This record gives sequence, structure tokens and C-alpha cells, in this order.
Amino acid sequence: MSIVFQKTPVLTDTHFSYCPGCTHGIIHRLVAEVIQEMDIANSTIGVAPVGCAVLAYTFFNLDMIQSPHGRAPAVATGIKRALPDGFVFTYQGDGDLAAIGTAETVHAAARGENITVIFVNNAIYGMTGGQMAPTTLPGQVTQTTPYGRNPSSAGYPVMVSEMLSTLEGTAYCERVSVDCVKNIRKAKESIRKAFETQKAKKGFSLVEILSTCPTNWGLSPTESLDWLRENMMPQYPLGVFKDKGGEV
Amino acid sequence: MSEKVLMKGNEAVAEGAIRSGCRHFFGYPITPQNELAAYMSKRMPKENGVFLQAESEIAAINMVLGAAATGVRAMTSSSSPGIALKSEGLSYLAGCDLPAVLVNVQRGGPGLGGIQPGQADYFIATQGSGHGDFRMIVLAPGGVQEMFDHAVLAFYLADRYRMTVMILSDGILGQMMEPVTFGNTVSDAPEKPWALGINRKREKNIVSSLFLDPYALEAQNFRRFERYAEVEANEARFEGFMLDDAEIVVVAYGASARVARNSIAEARSQGIKAGMLRPITLWPFPKEACLSAAKTAKAFISVEMSMGQMVKDIELAVRCGCPVLLCNRVGGVVPEPAQVLDCIRKAADL
Repeated sequence: MSIVFQKTPVLTDTHFSYCPGCTHGIIHRLVAEVIQEMDIANSTIGVAPVGCAVLAYTFFNLDMIQSPHGRAPAVATGIKRALPDGFVFTYQGDGDLAAIGTAETVHAAARGENITVIFVNNAIYGMTGGQMAPTTLPGQVTQTTPYGRNPSSAGYPVMVSEMLSTLEGTAYCERVSVDCVKNIRKAKESIRKAFETQKAKKGFSLVEILSTCPTNWGLSPTESLDWLRENMMPQYPLGVFKDKGGEV
Repeated sequence: MSEKVLMKGNEAVAEGAIRSGCRHFFGYPITPQNELAAYMSKRMPKENGVFLQAESEIAAINMVLGAAATGVRAMTSSSSPGIALKSEGLSYLAGCDLPAVLVNVQRGGPGLGGIQPGQADYFIATQGSGHGDFRMIVLAPGGVQEMFDHAVLAFYLADRYRMTVMILSDGILGQMMEPVTFGNTVSDAPEKPWALGINRKREKNIVSSLFLDPYALEAQNFRRFERYAEVEANEARFEGFMLDDAEIVVVAYGASARVARNSIAEARSQGIKAGMLRPITLWPFPKEACLSAAKTAKAFISVEMSMGQMVKDIELAVRCGCPVLLCNRVGGVVPEPAQVLDCIRKAADL
């Protein structure tokens, strides 16, 4: 009997703590598979955020550290400067990365810090129960925007990939989605490119991944995928925003 | 032969760190500690070390968190307003049981305060450095030589107890110049099997302060405080100056202790049996030494550049055995020897 499919050993057997239908699980697997396929698992260190992925250190079969809220790029900087031959990645949500941790994110990119950031954008604070995130869409109803996000008082979505692509230190930056098989494949290639960018010591790499939050969006998993396509994609266009290794 | 160099306190503590094997410094500009970071920026490249000017105090302490998690000797420095910003990181360092060294070159507060020397961060250093139950070892250098020596001591203690060690300096000690002998050698860092690493051939390591099970978190806290009890039992340090027969015991650290030393000598020449107990560790506070001095003392005087912070530890230590007076100046004003002498004479007349 031949084995046709196997779970990557870069993920542990621990049960995911994510809600049913949430796409965090897919993203975890993509990151883990890339690390396995690049054969860098023994030298990769991950930084878990505060947010839904706070327990990422239990899911990845890697040396991991749990960071203060938003500080993952600073923690990753400390690790990378101490172990420049290692691979260091952070795994962060939108509140962690684009609100409380904006400064750490922007300056890690500005320094061209040779780390990889996996940025999960689901337009909401998941773990705390569905509050407005910096990436919440105009009009989107959340626990703290019960009448819909009103830009006149609550501001506009933060376009992380567009913003960071303007910085010289950003070597690779792409926005992808995990709403369908085709896009999941593209997302994996993007994650691989980000780690290859780090391997080539080119600088800061970030993959922004549009993700769902069925629980806090109040939708079924499949409705959530439709909602992502219909509402998030027009606001957050997919594509490569910076690639110092390629032609862009 | 040991070298002897004239240098500023801020430079001496930096040199001490480098000679302790510290090769990772993360800082942010703030007066009056700037010479420290400037010195590091000059020296680190020559030692193949890392000097990184972070975007904020918060980022700097979190870079220390990341670097310390890999087992290297890492350090940051700041002054009072910046220390408040580091509180979050200090709590995480403690929650992860990571060794790290932090220098606070204190200035007057609260708020933006001023840039002249102060000692009003005693509480934030020794009592409430951040959220949750934790302690830091707090060293109080008394001169430029000790700025160097305490850096060496700090890295040793940090590794020994897996704690953050704060060197609680002030604007005077940081800025003044004195001759320094680079006498002490680097202490060997212990094995750090818990550290994050690369080229691994072992099970994964996790560095985390998160324990969602309250019983596990409670046990973690109890275990940590057993270690703290060991520190309290073994590491309290002080210097006695004319202390053996002292009836008036002045307790002072840092710049205040330098002022008080003159006042005590003058009081002795006037026939008053004054002496000084200079804490070298503020946490653990030299409680036993205070209690022992209280047996023969008529009164204690806390000389400090705060509205009365260390005085609380003295009161607790002497257990109402004798009166404890406060002799203070604040806001960047330094007590004068005459003021301290006046306070000693008043105490003698009690």
C-alpha cells in the first residue's frame, strides 16, 4: 500500500483551536508545508501573536515564542539578529499587526528586517469576540460598529500591503486569498516566495492572506467564502505589490 | 594588568556589558542615557555585535525578549519615561523566565518631568514593574566603577536566576566621569536548554507566558516565587559606612549616597554617631542589615530623590524598631550635604 497523502510533520497532532470553517487551519498547513518542502524546519523559529493564533506555538512543530500583542516583528527582529542563519516568521492577525503593532510592522519593513510575516486579514478581531479591526470594511457590522463602520467617525481600512510596498526595505509583498482551491495554491506559492526571499537575504517579506471568520461574521463557512469574495476582494485587491527578486 | 580609563558612567556600564559577553543591544534615544547607546553603537560593530536603534522603547524591549529567548546576553537602556513604556516587555520577560539586563538612568518625573537626575522610579523598579506578579533584581551603583561592575554582576545574576536585572542609575552617575578599572572578567553563561535555536536535533522548544489553565498558571507563579525567595536569601547586598556603632543610620543609594557620605563624615566630626547603610541591591532590599542596624540605632533617615519611596522599605525592614525620617529633594534637584547634615542633627536630637 502506498501513501498518497500525509500530514506535514511540521504541524503537531494537537487539535486546532480554530472555529469550524475558519481558514486559519488552511493557512497553518500552507506555512508548514512550505517549511517542510524547503527543508528548513530544523532552523525555523516562529513567533505567535496575540489573537486567534495565540496558540500557534502548540500547532507548529517548530521552536516557537509567544509575543506580546503587536510586538511580533520586534521579537522576530531580536531572534533574527541573534540567529541570522535561521528562518524567522511571525504569524499575525489584522488587529495585532495593523492596529496595536503598526509601528513594529512598519519599522521591521523599513529596516529591511530579513524575516517573513504571515498576515491573516479577516477584517475583524476574532478572539475577543468580533470587534472592529483596522481592516474592517466601511459599513461592516461588528460588535463595536453595531450600525456599520462609519468612516466619518471610525476611519477607513488600512491597506497593509499597499502601505508596506512603498518602503525600500520591503523585498516581497503579496496579497492572496484562501477562498478557493486555485487561490489556496497561489497562496502557498506566495508563502514559498516569501521564505525564499528570506533565504536569499533580500529583506522583509510579507504575505497578506484574506481569510474568513464565520463565527464573528455570523455566516456559515460557505457563506463566509462568498462574503470574502464579494466584499473583501473589491476592497483588498489580490496581487504582488513588491518583488525585488522578480520583475515587479 | 587591568586597564584604568576615565569615562562616563553611561559608558562604563556599556563597556561592562560588552566585557560580560553582551553582543546584542537594542535601544532608543532618551536623555540622560544617550551616551550609553552611542557607546554601544561605536563598540558593537568592532565586537561583531548587534547595535540596533529601535523605533520605540516598546520595540527595543521586545527585541531584547526575542534575542534573550535564543539564549544570548541581551540588553536595553532607557530613562524614566521610557521605562514605563517597557513595562509590558518586562512582564513578558518575567512570564517567560528569560534573563535580560536593563539600565534605567533615572530623571525627574512624573510625566515628561525633566532631564535632571531623579530617583522616583524606585517603586516601578522594585514593586510594580508591570502587570502581574513578578520581580526584577535591582542593582544600585554608587559610582562609575560600580556602573561597570554592576553590568558584569547583572549578566551573571540574570543568567543565574533567569530574571531581568535592572541597573537603577541616575542622571548624575550616568553623566559624571571617574576612573574605571576593567577588573572583572566575564562570567560563564550557564547552559540554556530552554532557548530557541537553529540546526536543531531535539524536540521543539516553546517560550511562552501563556497558561490558560488557572491551576497551571498558579503553579508557574509559585515556582517562580520560590526562585525569587532564593534570590532574597542569597543576593541582598549593601555597603556599610561607619555603620557599626551608628546611632543615626542614613540609608541612601546612587547619587544620594554620595552626598550623604560627606554629611556623615561631617556629623562624626561634630560628635554625632552617624553612619550609612548603602543598599547595593534595592530588590532584594537588605532587610536583615537594616533590622540589625536598628538594634543600636536611635533613628533611620532615608535620603532619596523622590517623595518617599525607598523609605517604605526601610520602615518595613526595621519593623517600627525606631523612627524613620525622610530627607529628600525631587524634580531633578539633588539634596545638598548641608540639608542631609541638618536632618542628621535633628534625628540626633530626637
